[in-house]
Amino acid sequence: MFGRGLKTLSLLTVVLIVGAFALVFFYAPNDADQGFIQKIFYLHVPLAIVALCGFVAGGIYGIRYLRSGDRQHDLRSYVAIHLSLILAVGALVTGSIWAKASWGVWWTWDEPTLVSFLIVFLLYACYQPLRFSIEDPERQARYAAVFAIVAGAFVPLNFMAVRMAQSLVHPRVLSTTGGSMPGSMRLTFLVSLIGMALLFVTLWKYELASKSATFRLRALKRKLAGDDEVWVPNPRRSAAPTL
Amino acid sequence: MRRTVGAVLRKELRLELRAPQAVPAMALFSVTTLVVFHFALQRGQVDGDLAAGVLWVTLLFAAMLGTSRLFVADHEEGGLDGFLLAPVDRTALLVAKALALLGFLAAFEVVAVPAFGLLLLGPTPDAGAVASLVVVLLLADAGIAVVGTLVSALAVQTRSRDLLVPLLALPLLIPVVIAAAKATTPLFLAGGAEALPGRWLAILGLYDLVFGLLAYAIFDFLLEE
Repeated sequence: MFGRGLKTLSLLTVVLIVGAFALVFFYAPNDADQGFIQKIFYLHVPLAIVALCGFVAGGIYGIRYLRSGDRQHDLRSYVAIHLSLILAVGALVTGSIWAKASWGVWWTWDEPTLVSFLIVFLLYACYQPLRFSIEDPERQARYAAVFAIVAGAFVPLNFMAVRMAQSLVHPRVLSTTGGSMPGSMRLTFLVSLIGMALLFVTLWKYELASKSATFRLRALKRKLAGDDEVWVPNPRRSAAPTL
Repeated sequence: MRRTVGAVLRKELRLELRAPQAVPAMALFSVTTLVVFHFALQRGQVDGDLAAGVLWVTLLFAAMLGTSRLFVADHEEGGLDGFLLAPVDRTALLVAKALALLGFLAAFEVVAVPAFGLLLLGPTPDAGAVASLVVVLLLADAGIAVVGTLVSALAVQTRSRDLLVPLLALPLLIPVVIAAAKATTPLFLAGGAEALPGRWLAILGLYDLVFGLLAYAIFDFLLEE
């Protein structure tokens, strides 16, 4: 009832992720300048792209929540932003490793994509504290949705401003558009990207199914035993929405 | 709508005039920050991009003080409930509060910017540079006022509002800082002021427009009870 289609989706995700890694290690050529380390690109860039798309998706579900008042949309928005935050940490860490290996520094302010990603991450890091500090669940959902929408609109604007702040002659060696990538690299990259996107969707659906099932179970128990019998105190404090 | 905005705006300004709170605090804070910059940078004078950076950090952090207090009195004294009971358009509150914050920002900058010029700025700007600076200040203040009002309305209902306002507002305002600092750097050059780069003014204007429309569309949901 809650996990419809999850089995197929999980299998597909496993196949694609394994396939992507096989392509990365055995098919894609080593980069002429950077050698083997360049292969972190196939992990780092999909992580970052999927995280940003997840943030924007959180904003879109925020809009849908405000329009319909359906708490399911709030839950979807929350899970999307939560997962994206985790992926964003991964993207920042892998990006740092790559920067150390290829430019010799852990962090550089010259790369606009890096800087704007950090700003977006700092902004979204406030999402959970915001939810924590509002007790009333209905108001928490509404305010979180407003935040998700504002931040979602901020993502593209911020990228534009930071990119313009760099001098336009700065060479974009590590362009992600794939303009100068050879075909085998582009294929590997695309498979990695789709695999990562599927992984995100799968995890998102698992989390939604798990949360919905928990709430449904609690509601059913309450119906059987009465409201006071099955009040389940949250064992761990969480900012997650309850239905 | 216009009458409501006028009434709320008059009330805000009257409150601030009778018991000045936000503007003196922001002005004092900005002057203190300039002194801190003098010692932290160990410089008597700054110019160029360093001057622009010092000015915008000072103005932005001082603006956070006024922003976090914007809705507190209304929230505690029941002004918000009173406004919600009145049969008026709720967006009027956003417009009035943003205009009030814009007024407060302009008022404290009348103190802060000349203080910056006296205390830290090396080259003396001519009339043209001052006029350009006023344009940049106005555009940046509009963005700070809109985003500040939105964040302040969001944070006032939470338990940790004084913590949340700067945490939420500063990342959102980074594009304003980038554009404003880039636009004011040529005005403070040691070899004499250069022309204002139009590209950064356009970015500031675009930011104001996008967040103005966004705030207009979304503000209702922050007031619903």
